[in-house]
Amino acid sequence: MASVTTMLRSAGRADAAGWRRFVPTPKVLIVGAVIVVIGYLAVVPLYYLLWGTFFGADGFSLAGFGRAYGNDRIVGLVGNSLWFAFGAAILSLVVGTGLAYLQVRTDVPFKSLFFAASIIPLIIPGILYTIAWIFLASPDIGLINAALKPIFGGAVVDVFTVWGMIWVEGLHLSPLVFLLMVAAFRSMDPSLEESALMSGASRWTVFRRVTVPLVRPAIVAAVLIMTVRSLESFEVPALLGLQNGIYVFTSRIYFTLRTYPPDLPAAGALATGLLMIAIVGVALSSLAGRGERTYQTITGKGFRPRPMELGRWKPVAGAAIVLYFALTVVLPLLVLVYTSFLKFYRAPSKDMLTSLTLENYQDLIHTSSAMTALKNSVLLGVGSATIVMALMAIAAWIVVRSRIPGRKLLDHLSFLPLVVPGLVLGLALSFVYLRSPIPIYGTLFILLIAYVTRYLPYGMRYAVTSMHQIASELEESAQVSGASWWQSFRRVLLPLLAPGLVAGWIYILVVSFRELSSSILLYSPGKEVLSILIFEQFENGQFPVLAALGVVMVLTLVVLVSVAYKLGAKVGLKQD
Amino acid sequence: MLTIDHLVKSFEGEKLKRRKRKQAQQSQQGDDALPSRVFAVNDVSLEVQTGELFTLLGPSGCGKTTTLRSIAGLETPDSGTITVDERVLFSAKGSNGNGRAVNVPANKRELGMVFQSYAIWPHMSVFDNVAFPLQVKPRNQRPGKAEIEQRVHRVLETMELRKYADRQATKLSGGQQQRLALARAIVIEPSLLLLDEPLSNLDAKLRESLRYELKRLQRELGITSIYVTHDQIEALALSSHVAVMREGNVVQLGKPRDIYQNPRSKFVAEFIGTSNFIPGTVASSDGGHYSVETTEGRLTLESAASMPAGTEVVASIRPECVGLHTERPGNVPNVWEGKVTTRAFLGDAVDHVVVVGKHEIRARCAPTVSVEPGTTVFLHLEDDKLSLVPID
Repeated sequence: MASVTTMLRSAGRADAAGWRRFVPTPKVLIVGAVIVVIGYLAVVPLYYLLWGTFFGADGFSLAGFGRAYGNDRIVGLVGNSLWFAFGAAILSLVVGTGLAYLQVRTDVPFKSLFFAASIIPLIIPGILYTIAWIFLASPDIGLINAALKPIFGGAVVDVFTVWGMIWVEGLHLSPLVFLLMVAAFRSMDPSLEESALMSGASRWTVFRRVTVPLVRPAIVAAVLIMTVRSLESFEVPALLGLQNGIYVFTSRIYFTLRTYPPDLPAAGALATGLLMIAIVGVALSSLAGRGERTYQTITGKGFRPRPMELGRWKPVAGAAIVLYFALTVVLPLLVLVYTSFLKFYRAPSKDMLTSLTLENYQDLIHTSSAMTALKNSVLLGVGSATIVMALMAIAAWIVVRSRIPGRKLLDHLSFLPLVVPGLVLGLALSFVYLRSPIPIYGTLFILLIAYVTRYLPYGMRYAVTSMHQIASELEESAQVSGASWWQSFRRVLLPLLAPGLVAGWIYILVVSFRELSSSILLYSPGKEVLSILIFEQFENGQFPVLAALGVVMVLTLVVLVSVAYKLGAKVGLKQD
Repeated sequence: MLTIDHLVKSFEGEKLKRRKRKQAQQSQQGDDALPSRVFAVNDVSLEVQTGELFTLLGPSGCGKTTTLRSIAGLETPDSGTITVDERVLFSAKGSNGNGRAVNVPANKRELGMVFQSYAIWPHMSVFDNVAFPLQVKPRNQRPGKAEIEQRVHRVLETMELRKYADRQATKLSGGQQQRLALARAIVIEPSLLLLDEPLSNLDAKLRESLRYELKRLQRELGITSIYVTHDQIEALALSSHVAVMREGNVVQLGKPRDIYQNPRSKFVAEFIGTSNFIPGTVASSDGGHYSVETTEGRLTLESAASMPAGTEVVASIRPECVGLHTERPGNVPNVWEGKVTTRAFLGDAVDHVVVVGKHEIRARCAPTVSVEPGTTVFLHLEDDKLSLVPID
C-alpha cells in the first residue's frame, strides 16, 4: 500500500521536477556566486594587464616592450634583478638553513630566541625594516657608520648598494627559510644520520653525503621561493636602489608610472616580464617540492629526535644565534624606538639623550592623516579578511567535499594570485578600473578588491586544511537527519571550521596591515593606509614621526600576531 | 668481549621540569620534592661473550634502547665504562683506574648497527648504501674501488640482495630493506653488531621467518650481537643470553630457558609468557623443598630461592605446566579441585580457565583435550614446575 502511494506521488511529481530543475536552490546560488567571484578576481586583472600591454590606442603594438627594455636597458635591469634576487635568496638560505639545523638537530643554547626571530617577518613590515636599516647603515646618517667613523675615518657600510639591498632583503627573508627548513629537518628520520655516523663517517661527511642530499628538494624549493619573493619585493629596491639609480623590475615599474605622463604599456611590458619570471620560479619550486615526497617514504616507528651534542662548539653556536637575533630583531627595533623619541634625526650623543621627547607620539594623535590612515587600514584589513574567509569557507567545501566538475580548477584559480607580484596586481587592477564605468578608482574599494585578490591563496590554505580535518561523516549524518545543504553547512560545518577560519582571518588582517606594493599604485591622496603614509613620510624626510608611527604599528601587530599564533597552533597550522 | 660497568644515563625531562616548577609553586616544598632527572639507565652492568647473541628485553621505557645507544656512542652516559675487546669506548671521569675520561665518538667505534627504522638512505642505491661505510673509512685504511665492489657484492650475496644492487633503496620490500640494513651494518666486519628492534616494523608472518633467518646468519657469521626487543618470543627464540630490564635496571640475566622456567620476580614471570600467580606464606623450607600455605591449601614445591618461613610469597606456574584431569589423580601432592568456567580454542592448544576458590587458574592443554564449561576438574600443580617469587 505504502509503495503504491509513493509511486503515485513520484509520478505526480515527475512534471514538477522537470520544471523545478531551473529554479536554483540556495546551494546552487551560493556555490555559483562563489565560483564566479573567485574566477573574476583571479582572471580578469591578468587579462586586462595583457590587453593593456599589447593594445594601445592604435591596436596591437609591441612599442611598450621597446620602451621598457630598449636602449640596452634590459641588460642592466635583468642583471640587477637577478643579482639582487639570487643574492638575497642565497643569504637567506645560508642563514635560515644553518639556524634550522641548529634548532632541530643540536643542543644549541637560546632555543627560545628562535621562536621570536621566526615571527619577525610578520611583525616588522618590510617598509619599516628597510627604513630601520637606512637609519643604521646609510652612509650619511647611519648609526653604525657614525659609531665606526672615529675608527675608520669614513662611512664603512653603505646600504644604498646592491649588496646593501641583498643584506636587508636576505635578513628579512631568512626567518621564512628557517621555517621551511625546520619542517624539512623535522620530517627527516634522525637515524639516517646516526647510521651514517655508525658507519664511521665524520660529522662533515654525514652532513655532506646524507643530510644535504636528503633535504635538497627543500633547499631547491626555498631558493626558488626566496628568489621569486625578492624579485617581487618593492620596499627594498624602491627605498634603497632608487637612491643610486639601481633599478630592478619592481622599482622600474614604479618609476615608469611616476613620471608624467605615465607610460602604461611600458609598465605593462615590465610587469608581464616580471610575471613570467615569477610563474617559472613558482612552477619550478612546486616541481622541486614534489620530489621531496618520494624521500619521505621511510620513517621509523620509534621516531625520537635526539639533539646532537655540540660540545666545545656550543658557545660559538650560541654567540652566532645572539648575533643573528641582535641583527634581525634588536637593532632594527631599537633604532626605530630611538628615532621615535627625537625631534630631529641624529646620531646619539650625551646632550641628545636629555632632549628625548614624546612629541612625535602626541603629533600622531593630533594629525588627521595618521588617524585616517589607521582607520583605512583597519577597515581594509577587517573587510578583506572577512570577505576572503567567507568566500573560502564555501570554496573549501567545493574543493574538498563536493563532486562539482571543475572543482580542481577553482582550487588552482584561488592559488593563482600567489604567483602575481603585488605591484603587478596593482598595475593590472588600475588597467581594469581606469576603464571601468563604475567609479571605483580613487576609492577605498579598489584597495579592498586588491587585498581580497592577494589574500585568496592564504584564505584557501586555512579553510582547506580545516575542512580536511572534519570527517565527512559529520556532514553526512546531518543530511541523514534531514538537514538541507545550507543547514548542515551553517549548523555543522561552519562551527567546526570556525577556529581555522578565525585564525586565517587574523592572519589576513595582519598581512593586510603591511601591504604596500599593490596599494602604492592604487591609492589616491587622502585615502592613504598606514604603510603608504609611512612611505610618504619617508619621502618627505619626517623620520621621527614616521618612527613613532612605526612603533605603534609594530605594537599593534605584536598583539594581533600573538593571537593568530595561539589560534594557529590550536588548529594545527603553521604560518609563513 | 663487551663489558658494561655501572652504566648510568639520565635525562632532564621537559615535562618533569614543568611539573616540578608547578608543584614547587603550589606546595613551596622546595626543589627536592621531586627528582630533577629521569634515570633511563640506572647502574647497569653486563658481560657479553664472543659470538653470543645477547638480548636486552623489556617493556618500552625500560632503558634497553638507551643502553644500546650508549654502546653505539649516540648517547653520552653520565657515568660507567663501556669496553669492547679491551678497547675502552667510554669511561666517565674516575670510573676507570687512571681517572681519565674517555668517549670515543660514534664514528670511530667501528661497530655495526641496524636501526628500528632501518635508516636506509633513500637517495642512494642498494649498492651505495652498503658501500658507504667502506667509502668513508680513513684514507689510509680505505680499500680500493675494486675491493669495495667485491666486498659489497659478497655481502649482498649473503643477504640474497645481489640482483637488486642497482635498484633505488626505497624500492625494496620491508624484508629486503631489513636485510639491506643488516648488510650495511656488517660490511665493515664489525666486532660487535647492535640491533635495535630490527623486526618490529614487519608484519607477523615475515617477522617469524626473518627471525630464523637472523639466527642462522648470526651463527654463520659468528658475529657478537646485542639485540634490543620488547618481544619476549623473539628474545627466547634468538638469544644465547637475555637480560630483562625494568626502569633502568637489569632485573634478571640468564639463558632463555632459565629465565622462562625460574623467573625471579613477578615482573619477569608476567613479562615473559603468561603465568598463574598464587599468593601464600612460606610454612617451612628445607634445602630447596618448600611448603607454602595458601587460601586453597598447602603447596609443596622445589625452589632455589631462599625464603625463610613466614615470608609472604607468590607461587607461579605457567599455564602449560598445569595438569588438567577429569578424575582425581592418585597419590600426588598439589591437586586442587575446581570448575571450568571458560574454554578457548587456540588452534595449537586449548585454554581452560578453572576457578579454584577465589583463584582463576589458566591451564593450557593439548588441542585434543576439551572440557565443557561447568565440569568439575582436578588441577595438578607439579612441584618442580612451580616457582617462588617475592611479592612486589
